[in-house]
Amino acid sequence: MSELPGDLTYTNEHEWLRQEEDGTVTIGITDHAQSALGDLVYVELPEVGQDVDGGGEMAVVESVKAASDVYAPISGEVVAVNEALSDDPEKINADPYGDGWIVRMRPSGDDGETMSPDEYQTFLDELED
Amino acid sequence: MLGKKTPLYDSHAVAGAKIVDFGGWDMPLHYGSQLEEHHAVRQRAGSFDVSHMTVVDVSGAGAASFLRTLLANDVARLKDEGKALYSCMLNHDGGVIDDLITYYLGPDRYRVIVNAATRDKDMAWINEQAKAFDVGVSEREELAMIAVQGPEARERAAGVLDDVWRDKALALKPFYGLEAGDLFVARTGYTGEDGWEIILPADQAADFWARCADAGIRPCGLGARDTLRLEAGMNLYGSDMDETISPLEAGLGWTIAWEPEDRQFIGRGPLNEMRANKERRQFAGLVLEGKGVLRDHMRVVVEGRDDGEITSGGFSPTLQRSIAMARLPAGDYERAQVDVRGRLLDVRVVKMPFVRNGKAQIEIQKREER
Repeated sequence: MSELPGDLTYTNEHEWLRQEEDGTVTIGITDHAQSALGDLVYVELPEVGQDVDGGGEMAVVESVKAASDVYAPISGEVVAVNEALSDDPEKINADPYGDGWIVRMRPSGDDGETMSPDEYQTFLDELED
Repeated sequence: MLGKKTPLYDSHAVAGAKIVDFGGWDMPLHYGSQLEEHHAVRQRAGSFDVSHMTVVDVSGAGAASFLRTLLANDVARLKDEGKALYSCMLNHDGGVIDDLITYYLGPDRYRVIVNAATRDKDMAWINEQAKAFDVGVSEREELAMIAVQGPEARERAAGVLDDVWRDKALALKPFYGLEAGDLFVARTGYTGEDGWEIILPADQAADFWARCADAGIRPCGLGARDTLRLEAGMNLYGSDMDETISPLEAGLGWTIAWEPEDRQFIGRGPLNEMRANKERRQFAGLVLEGKGVLRDHMRVVVEGRDDGEITSGGFSPTLQRSIAMARLPAGDYERAQVDVRGRLLDVRVVKMPFVRNGKAQIEIQKREER
């Protein structure tokens, strides 16, 4: 299993969040998530400008196996979506923490519970057992 | 995991395969990328461990009459040694207990290959029906099975065969098999590509598998096997048909031998009635031109008619869009809609297969860039 990036926080839904300098938050799914899903073939993205509630459906990622909802880890407004995923959903498989980012949000509060890389690693280790 | 393991299980584990349960067996889903494995088979060559499938040898003076009663297709059509026949095995209601392939090995000798997930009920049914015939039924659990598929599969795998059998194996016509020493080599498959299915003693399987890989044949998992067979328009037992569905509603009418009329195969009576029913459901392909993925059990909406249902759906790596097999209301129409997670998306109704020998068999409109 690859090393988790240290500059991100994580959720128990296997999403990652990166705090950007402009106050926005970039969100994607973790390497564990993409590996469990298998090759991705389709990603349904939200509209830019859309408000989403923490815990609400934000995007759908579909792999060769199944469709999975991606839930918003925080509440806020979608300020950007990764349009490149429309044609190349496999970017998520290839680079989940980089080119495979999914949305960027401007948080409307700080209502999300997240884990540090160490905590998420422990969470993953416990799942394996 | 506590599933049954094929003789190739250790080979899969060492190769880093993602292992999943399939019908009680621990099988490889993929070895890293299902999509790459799919493309390898369409463009070059791939190998599949299908040792979980069951080999059943049927022999004796009553073998032919037994199989002519057991199967909806007619083994009397098998005149040449080695010739294969695809058939459904039906219950008394005309529902499908399993689909299988029968090879004619020689006078009074046949080899039947049945599915893994249906093994127990198949064997119970076959043994029960065999009682009335002068026939021996033996399950060959000591045999493994490897499929090599793709345009380069036969050429590459030929080098793995013993010299004495190589030319004969390469000379096999489609849908023929050959007893080659300890091995049985057949030019059959489940991908829509050329290739062989090779039955061999379990203790030779790992070596044969490794030598195939050395010959440039890429190990492929059940994931790619499923998308390949879907593109090829080949049914999957348990998804596309089961004991409540007749072959007529699963696109398998062509496998029923109606002639001679006096052959009383199991399920014939109910099938005759269904055959006369013009309102019976049809089985067809669906193509989603837009974005999204069709999945098993999604509802198909046809204007002015009853709803249909997707029996197998997924993403076609070759066509780069979603395709499906569906059971649909009777009638002649080219358009329908599918309820994809609450939204009705337009689909085209097409004749299968979608892909054969690496090429699209249906018209594909170039998708407009967004």
